[in-house]
Amino acid sequence: MSPLVSIEGLSVAFNGVPVLHGVDLTLQTGEAIGLVGESGSGKSVTWLAALGLLPRHARVAGSVRLDGREILGAPQASLDQVRGGRVAMIFQDPASALNPVLTIRRQLCETLALHRGLSGDAVKAEAKRLLDLVGIPDAERRLSAYPHEFSGGQVQRIMIAMALAGQPDLLVADEPTTALDATIQAQILELLSQVRRETGMAMVLISHDLGVVAENCDRVAVMYAGRIVEQAPSAHLFADPWHPYAQGLIGALPPLDGPRRRLTAIPGTVPDPQKMPGGCSFAPRCGLVEQACLRAAPRLAPLGDGRTVACVNAEASRKALLGIAAE
Amino acid sequence: MVRFFAIRIFRALLTIVLVVTFAFVVLRLSGDPALMIMGPEAPPEVIAAFRKAWGLDDPIWMQYVDYFGAIAKGELGRSMRDGRPAIALVLERIPATLMLTLPALVFKVGIGIPGGIYAALHRGSAIDRVVMITAVAGFTVPGFVLALVLVLVFAVQLGWLPSGGQESWRHAILPVATLGLGGAAVLARFTRSAMLEVLGQPYIRTASAKGVPWRMVVTSHALPNAAIPTVTILGFMVGTLIAGAVVVESVFAWPGVGRLLVVAVANRDLAVVQCILLLVAMTMVSSNLIVDFLYGFLDPRLRAKGAQA
Amino acid sequence: MSALVRVSTVSRTYTMRAGLFGRTVDVHAVDGVSLSIPKGETLGLVGESGSGKSTTGRIVLGLEPPDRGEVRFDGAPIAKLATPQWRMQRARMQMIFQDPLGALDRRLPVAAQIREPLDIHGIGTPAEREARVRELLRSVELTEQHGIRYPGALSGGQRQRVVLARALATWPDFLVCDEPVSALDVSIQAQVVNLLTDLQAQLSLTMLFISHDLRVVRQISNFVAVMYLGRIVEYGSADDLFARPEHPYTQALVSASPAPGRRSAGRVVLSGDPPNPAARPAGCAFHPRCPRAIARCRNEVPQLASIAGDRQVACHLVGGSQVHSRDAA
Repeated sequence: MSPLVSIEGLSVAFNGVPVLHGVDLTLQTGEAIGLVGESGSGKSVTWLAALGLLPRHARVAGSVRLDGREILGAPQASLDQVRGGRVAMIFQDPASALNPVLTIRRQLCETLALHRGLSGDAVKAEAKRLLDLVGIPDAERRLSAYPHEFSGGQVQRIMIAMALAGQPDLLVADEPTTALDATIQAQILELLSQVRRETGMAMVLISHDLGVVAENCDRVAVMYAGRIVEQAPSAHLFADPWHPYAQGLIGALPPLDGPRRRLTAIPGTVPDPQKMPGGCSFAPRCGLVEQACLRAAPRLAPLGDGRTVACVNAEASRKALLGIAAE
Repeated sequence: MVRFFAIRIFRALLTIVLVVTFAFVVLRLSGDPALMIMGPEAPPEVIAAFRKAWGLDDPIWMQYVDYFGAIAKGELGRSMRDGRPAIALVLERIPATLMLTLPALVFKVGIGIPGGIYAALHRGSAIDRVVMITAVAGFTVPGFVLALVLVLVFAVQLGWLPSGGQESWRHAILPVATLGLGGAAVLARFTRSAMLEVLGQPYIRTASAKGVPWRMVVTSHALPNAAIPTVTILGFMVGTLIAGAVVVESVFAWPGVGRLLVVAVANRDLAVVQCILLLVAMTMVSSNLIVDFLYGFLDPRLRAKGAQA
Repeated sequence: MSALVRVSTVSRTYTMRAGLFGRTVDVHAVDGVSLSIPKGETLGLVGESGSGKSTTGRIVLGLEPPDRGEVRFDGAPIAKLATPQWRMQRARMQMIFQDPLGALDRRLPVAAQIREPLDIHGIGTPAEREARVRELLRSVELTEQHGIRYPGALSGGQRQRVVLARALATWPDFLVCDEPVSALDVSIQAQVVNLLTDLQAQLSLTMLFISHDLRVVRQISNFVAVMYLGRIVEYGSADDLFARPEHPYTQALVSASPAPGRRSAGRVVLSGDPPNPAARPAGCAFHPRCPRAIARCRNEVPQLASIAGDRQVACHLVGGSQVHSRDAA
């Protein structure tokens, strides 16, 4: 089966400073893939670049194919067809993601008019149906309201309704629940998975929260300093991470049950993109660093059970840190 | 909503009263109108008679009470110079001033707003830089300097346009240009920064991510938001329609309200000065009121807050 | 065990204007909260936005006076804000916030800012203060090199360490931490959490740790209080509370906390809007969202009552003859 989206060698530089170093990622129809990493890892930039949403001073290179058709550097008109139509995106801060001076109806109907060619009563009916679908009560009346009249969770529901308006094949959700309270976060994640069950839409879930990704994705890619360092089916990755950074991330997460243990904090901080170390960018923080790590950045290599890891010594590091992984 | 309007209008009235009071006090403390108008050589009896006739003998608080009593009855006093009602003197000068300030306002809006939008959309381009340099120049060069430069170039050197007077439309070109250029520069700067601020907002990215073509992102998503701060400065400009041309009218010998004010102040013609200030305060305050209501119209968030205030 | 901090039924109500004609609404930010924190222990305060957890922290520090109730620190009532007595107490109680950059002065090297409380309280000679600053930098695992930098030149985690060092400068007994690691990345968060745990043990600090993050709270706290709309709905020892939550709200919170290696089967997803402190439901404030609410919950406010061990729960359905607890894990 040909993939829905295939990203190859995607690189981004801002004002000459590279922030994304050749990302490869493929996504099958209907699949849910998670992108985890800390701030500056490039998880959001990957998808903003793929959809041509970065500011003009960003230099983007590589290839992004949707159904085999190249969309990177495609003409604006065809990109506008893709964005909101084939691929929809929702963002972290719902409060500022909607235009404050336009009614919900205006913003929802805009997408319907652009991608579904609806007009007149059909638009209104569909807008109301979408708000009902995402669980906004009293949809008919609430369509005339402005974004500030809704709570954060409700605005995120409206964002999801807007994303669904174009009947996309892929939803890119960029930290969709980070700004929300725990119980509201659970509601939104539940809504997303319900929508996916009903529409069969694929999803990219970008999050810094390992738990959120683990529970909602089939496959997970861990990013660090502009590269994917490990990619595996969710269950495998969280039960048995191979890359030292992935192990560190999971070890750094305090457990909610079982005995308390001292957290395995990763020493140091994420490298400054202007002073990226040569070789593996995790080497300065890695407990298992050796000569080979400093020579060249390791490439993602398949390691069986659907897993790829970018570490010169993935197997050895796994054994060395088996203590943590076994938890 | 009623409460919202009531509070705004009350504040506006209070502002007017304060401005008029301030002018009243300052004018009376800064020189004797009788001496100014009658001249220093006038015999003391004449001066005393003049003072008595205009009520300048009364204690200042009594003059103040009388003055507001008269305003309440719609009387704005008479010019001490020629005895005509002050309001008539002022009203007959307004058309001349508007002949300068209205075209200048059109110029400011017509050049400043599109210039600012264009500069913001093409940030860092050559045109952006030209707009910004012009704007900074227009911002910093004082009106009378610009006026004198324009006179030197177009009237003295090139001889294309007259340097002063009000005989034909050609006489209006230099004063309008002086007023318009500075204002257009201010407006361009303001519009540009408002646009840049809005273009960096997450909802602009949302609109692009929805597949809205860029032209529509700008017109239907960015402009309505950028209009909100721009309206403030625009309101201020409307507020200066009556009295914003004092300097320019003086330089170009244009017989408008501004020149009347300068002359009246020099003569301590109290009624005329106060009448002009009252008018200026009223236009300023009412344009502020209009801006407030426009805010409510443009920004639904303020509508809600205004209802609560 | 003697309590260092004792909070007795404090309430704090704000008056807010709302509605078309400026009708005033009372917002009960904190409503009858009692807490006591034993010396050398950490109490975690958990809740969502609008739960009143930060207001509680400010009341405990005397930054905000309670309308009712009282706070006692080491046996004495908290002095009035900005009085000399309050300043004396404040040297012994310190606070750190979520945003370290906002808490630091961008124009001063961080070492000078760490020394500031020593200058204010007139502690030691200049040489002793310098030595103390070096010691503090070491204790938060920063070098003297970091000390001469400005806040802007440090990473988020390093800034939070600076704030912590400054808070510890006057040898406080009590530390209030309001979301201290929420703005940090997971790997940095772990560093700061470990540091806090170590320092707490070394200095036998008493802490009030306020956070929305259940995992971090459990990692750091001995006891945990869960707040909902200004009231404590459940209290217990940290491990036990998260393993066996009794209050339906705590159960939903625990269930909503996603965990790697667990799919969302059997998750309790609360319906309804997030709580609004300005429109507090009558009876149990949680009843409109509670999956198990009964008629009584609508009119009668449940009181916090002890059930087994040190656990206290404010729910009509928990305790007495009506124990229907379920395992959320």
